[in-house]
Amino acid sequence: MQDKEPITRALIIGAGIAGMQAALDIANSGYEVVLVDKLPSIGGRMAQLSETFPTLDCAQCILTPRTVEVGHHDRIKLVTYSEVEEVAGQVGDFRVRIRRHPAYVNWDACTGCGLCQEKCPKRVVSDFERGLGRRKAIYTLSPQAVPNRPVLDRESCLHFQGDRCRVCEKVCPVGAIDLEQEGNTIEERAGCIVMATGYDLYSMDRLGEYGHGDLANVIDGLAFERMLSASGPTAGKILRPSDGAEPKEVVFVQCAGSRDPELGVPYCSKICCMSTAKHAMLYKHRVPDGQAYVFYIDVRSAGKHYEEFVVRTVEENRTIYLRGKVSRVFEEGDKVAVWGVDTLSDRQVEISADLVVLATPMIPGGGTVQLAKMLGLHADEAGFLSEFDASMQPVETLRAGVFMAGACVGPKDIPETVAQASGAAAKVLSTFARWGKVAEGEAAARAEDL
Amino acid sequence: MRARMSAETLTSELTRRIEEISGENLLKCYQCGMCAAGCPAAFAMDMLPSQAIRFLQLGLVEEVLNSDTPWLCAACQTCYARCPKGLDLSRIMEAIREIVLQERGDYIDLGDLSPRDLAEIPQQAFIACFRKYTA
Amino acid sequence: METSQLRIPYFPGCTLNTTAKGFDTSLRASAQALGVELVELPEWNCCGATFPLLADNILDLAGPASVLVAAREMGERLAVACTTCYNVLRRTNLAIQTDEDKRQKLNLFIEAQYEGDLQVLDFLQVLRDEVGFEKVARTVKRPLTGLKAAAYYGCMVLRPASEVAYDDPENPRALDDLLMALGAEPIEYAHKGECCGSYLAVVSAQAAAEMTYSILSSAQKNGAQLIATNCPLCQFNLDSQQAEIGRRHTGYQTIPVLYFSQLLGIALGLDADDFDWEKHSVDPRPVLELVEPR
Repeated sequence: MQDKEPITRALIIGAGIAGMQAALDIANSGYEVVLVDKLPSIGGRMAQLSETFPTLDCAQCILTPRTVEVGHHDRIKLVTYSEVEEVAGQVGDFRVRIRRHPAYVNWDACTGCGLCQEKCPKRVVSDFERGLGRRKAIYTLSPQAVPNRPVLDRESCLHFQGDRCRVCEKVCPVGAIDLEQEGNTIEERAGCIVMATGYDLYSMDRLGEYGHGDLANVIDGLAFERMLSASGPTAGKILRPSDGAEPKEVVFVQCAGSRDPELGVPYCSKICCMSTAKHAMLYKHRVPDGQAYVFYIDVRSAGKHYEEFVVRTVEENRTIYLRGKVSRVFEEGDKVAVWGVDTLSDRQVEISADLVVLATPMIPGGGTVQLAKMLGLHADEAGFLSEFDASMQPVETLRAGVFMAGACVGPKDIPETVAQASGAAAKVLSTFARWGKVAEGEAAARAEDL
Repeated sequence: MRARMSAETLTSELTRRIEEISGENLLKCYQCGMCAAGCPAAFAMDMLPSQAIRFLQLGLVEEVLNSDTPWLCAACQTCYARCPKGLDLSRIMEAIREIVLQERGDYIDLGDLSPRDLAEIPQQAFIACFRKYTA
Repeated sequence: METSQLRIPYFPGCTLNTTAKGFDTSLRASAQALGVELVELPEWNCCGATFPLLADNILDLAGPASVLVAAREMGERLAVACTTCYNVLRRTNLAIQTDEDKRQKLNLFIEAQYEGDLQVLDFLQVLRDEVGFEKVARTVKRPLTGLKAAAYYGCMVLRPASEVAYDDPENPRALDDLLMALGAEPIEYAHKGECCGSYLAVVSAQAAAEMTYSILSSAQKNGAQLIATNCPLCQFNLDSQQAEIGRRHTGYQTIPVLYFSQLLGIALGLDADDFDWEKHSVDPRPVLELVEPR
């Protein structure tokens, strides 16, 4: 296979819950891991979530111990705000070129005191807050960010846009701001690679009948998660984005783009039935006198304690489930008119809503398809990575030494993602162990020859 | 009354004809109700468009042949525009009308219209009606 | 005077010769003022008034196919005024283009060798893409300042989108943009593309009245003083149903419904006397008096 001994070191692309779980499993078994993420800090989508179904654990509370452990782990090298640019070599010796984006902050000098963020005069709409909140031009994704180091967004920074500012530079007590900083590339070597690039949500722009994403009070599920989060832009209060009023009538629309081979994606996004039930339940927890409606085609609650969770949403939180799709959503005064149907009563339904939450489908995380191409992996039509064998080798890719886990393989929830990540880690570990045995055997053989 | 169902009732000659005349596969519909949710004429129909398709899927064709729903479809294609499965209901409704017209004759008598209507209504509406509502 | 002439074959359709005469006269006059020469097909027949939806629809396509053949003899493009005719002709043309079996049978049937190599265009599309709304705006002599207008598109230029749409089918802009070019204020409302009932007026008074009522009341609720449309059947339905709506909904206030070309003609400063105002059930002239004279 190769002249030199294979490298028992893993490189993981994506530091969401899948990448972190795999990294910890591998590192805790005694091997080194390089964990790459394009965002400034780790945690991925789960860092945006409020509470998890079906246990209603606070997502941040169960995530933080993991991010902290990853952040402090001797055998995990974090390479955030960075993207894999090229992969050469093969199993046993992959050589991975990684581009580090300039943070304009010397992270080694920075203490994470947060003064630069506090004093930065420029506010911009935050992607992390799904457009519901704002951040500064120099920012961390959240106060719990790991690593707790800010990055400066050049497109928004007054200094880079030609104005006089440099406030961050002036206030930094340790002189860590480096406005001359340039991006650089590094090379990492690894014997195995794990793909854990996660998911994005299908864009609301593409849902013309639901207002193309242009209606203030029509938001997607991740935006609602941010609203529900205690650390989110509304500090956990449910507020109508248009005017900050508390919404009393909230409509949840499932399959907004999924199971739609004509205009959206053909597959079932799998998590939305449960996340919507959770949204309706948490909404009622926050607004006890409010009414939640869920438009659904089927309720797919196949998971441990999942059906019971949906039943609670209906019976205890008195959510009205309407069986059918919504054909049209449009603004009417300060309300959002929802035209749907309930095929069980055979009635066209109209609801004058304060807030509409669209359960848009999961799509492969940005960059997944390009990475797959670079690595010679296969992906399906939607861009989800293909298994070596969907039944019997579900975390192996077509390329030896490259494994995968989480939502980049297909829509899945947290428990399934974590399980799959441990599965991928086990495959990496068994590969490393096999190499170890071979090396031992070779050493023994050499000893005999002598 | 129970609807008696069997392989025979599900594959009736009528169902086959509807699929052939319309060129649509009725079993593509998964009953999401999108058509019914958006149909601008559904308020006047005795059966929602999605319900009509359901009856056809189950071989209960008579229900639909006796319904006023196909006659209140203006072929505006709002349903087709948003159907996640790309089913063109206006074609299915046309097939139903075609079958009823063949079996029972004209649905309307344009002679019944008042002279005022005849003078005022654009002839394109008459021609359309003539084509859709007479054998 | 306009120097750059655009010459384009023109198909008015039956309705523009009769109940929608005002559409035709205002459209021709406006086109001329904008330097567009509409050359009416010397001989034409009815398009069939509805696109035949049966899978086997070859016989019913013969009528519109003959129109296409006649148009192709005059050039590579055809401007159509009536949106129903546009819909039928465009879909027929597409069927001939893409369905070899239909193409062969139709050609045998109408004794032609037509390949479908004609561009069927809605007149509004010609105005937007070939004349340009900027040029329209520059040519305006009597801007419709202060007039709040609801653009109403109907179905025929929106659906099925893959065959006929030249605009976003869920949120069309072309007519709104034209109204803006004329100096009017297009209002936003949700019913721009909701069906008016089309030919249902002949079979169901209830359907016709309620479908038009939901459109008209939505436009009015959002501040419209008039409705501008590009479809002769929609214009008729929206306009003439208002008497019946008044009987069904107490307190209903009427609103005039115009062809966009009538507004175009007025904004271009043309003589509007032959725009056939008498055919309107709700007389638009009082609202139009709000516009400053030229």
